[in-house]
Amino acid sequence: MAKNVLMDSETINRAIVRITSEILEKNKGAKEIAVIGVRTRGVHIAQRIVDRINKVEKIKPPMGTVDITLYRDDLRSKTEWPKVEKTEIDFSVEDKEVILVDDVIYTGRTTRAALETIMDFGRPSSIQLVVLVDRGHRELPIQPDYVGIKIDTLISEKVRVHLKETDTTDEVVVLKS
Amino acid sequence: MTFQRKHILGLEELSAEEITLILDTAESMKEVSERDVKKVPALRGVTVCNLFYEPSTRTRSSFEIAEKRLSADVLNFTSSHSSVTKGETLLDTARNLEAMGASVIVIRHPLSGAPWLLANELDSSIINAGDGSHEHPSQALLDLFTIREIKGKIKGLKVVIAGDILHSRVARSNIWGLSKLGAEVRVVGPPTLIPKYLKQTKAKTFYNLDKAIEGADVVMMLRIQMERQDSEYFPSLREYSRFFGLKRDKLKKAKKNVTVMHPGPINRGIELSSDIADDAGSVILDQVSNGIAVRMAMFYLVASARRNQ
Repeated sequence: MAKNVLMDSETINRAIVRITSEILEKNKGAKEIAVIGVRTRGVHIAQRIVDRINKVEKIKPPMGTVDITLYRDDLRSKTEWPKVEKTEIDFSVEDKEVILVDDVIYTGRTTRAALETIMDFGRPSSIQLVVLVDRGHRELPIQPDYVGIKIDTLISEKVRVHLKETDTTDEVVVLKS
Repeated sequence: MTFQRKHILGLEELSAEEITLILDTAESMKEVSERDVKKVPALRGVTVCNLFYEPSTRTRSSFEIAEKRLSADVLNFTSSHSSVTKGETLLDTARNLEAMGASVIVIRHPLSGAPWLLANELDSSIINAGDGSHEHPSQALLDLFTIREIKGKIKGLKVVIAGDILHSRVARSNIWGLSKLGAEVRVVGPPTLIPKYLKQTKAKTFYNLDKAIEGADVVMMLRIQMERQDSEYFPSLREYSRFFGLKRDKLKKAKKNVTVMHPGPINRGIELSSDIADDAGSVILDQVSNGIAVRMAMFYLVASARRNQ
């Protein structure tokens, strides 16, 4: 399988710095912000954004994680159901500007499930979506507010985000079959 | 690992890995029960029938809440208000419910083996909610979950199960489950209430509560099942309480941080002195709330296994 490296450690870091600046600019600082990462790699990117906000603004916004397994719309058609992990949002999302973070946006169905999960915890002022990679092929009317890199892909291709926290290296690759 | 079983009939047939997967999944399900909106759409479109041939408030309510938290459609059936009173057989009743769309049937029945009968004859998934004196897997799983939550592990713990072992399906399921997960199981009760099947298990048998309780991490007291006492197994309740009731002085022989459990409902002053029952109350109520999370996990995993087959 041919492998094309889209982002390396440096470009991923640069994208996170830029996205964090855009978040702070749009929300006029970090006071009302809460960051929620989608398991698994969205959580690591969310943590990096929180650390960056802390560095720039000296404010550590509350951070949570969502596991979308129980909200998937394809459970009835799947043969192997995914392992259920915990959703951990131990702060009130009411009236917060929630920054939802995922590694890749593809069909938009994961984002829909994550939105539904968050809404069960309360009513945020807004939910803004961060993705490191937008690979297109949306099946639902969902668009990210902050994007690390936008690429055109074939459905047959696979986009893999590797992060140091789980994969020893930082890189985004496209695998062509 | 993925869960491969279409039915959950008893802990005797589950492996340690399968039990651990149920407990791990229940941990995530518990988080759902702690939210303001305690409902997720995972089992939307699935019809579950609670088929109860024995009276039960706690277990049936717990199953029903678990089903509703996963968004399943729920059908409740109690034998006293049904065609069973007109002579319909268990199998015919279950077949009718399946024909109405039930894909998971939770059954409680006074006869041991009834869930196996349905599992062999029906296409639905069967979950055993207690069959006679045989098994009560969901209660044992919630006990295991509660022990793991309080003690942080199960392996290596000394767990005493005390009382009417002979009639207790909870004891039977717990003996299998605890042994498989590496606990040292000590069973204690009057000789008349200690069953022969224990020889096939790793459980150690005691006839003296003081000896059994020495160094114990967990003491699980069982209810004296008045409704199953078809002959005299001990001279009097007073004598039973004196020798096998858990009182403060006896409990001193256990470890300092011993956890006292009871599957409920408690016969106060018989299995447990009232002060211990109140002390243990928080754990007993934890057992009840953990029951919902464990049953949600059972439904999720069984539904997943149905897809695999």
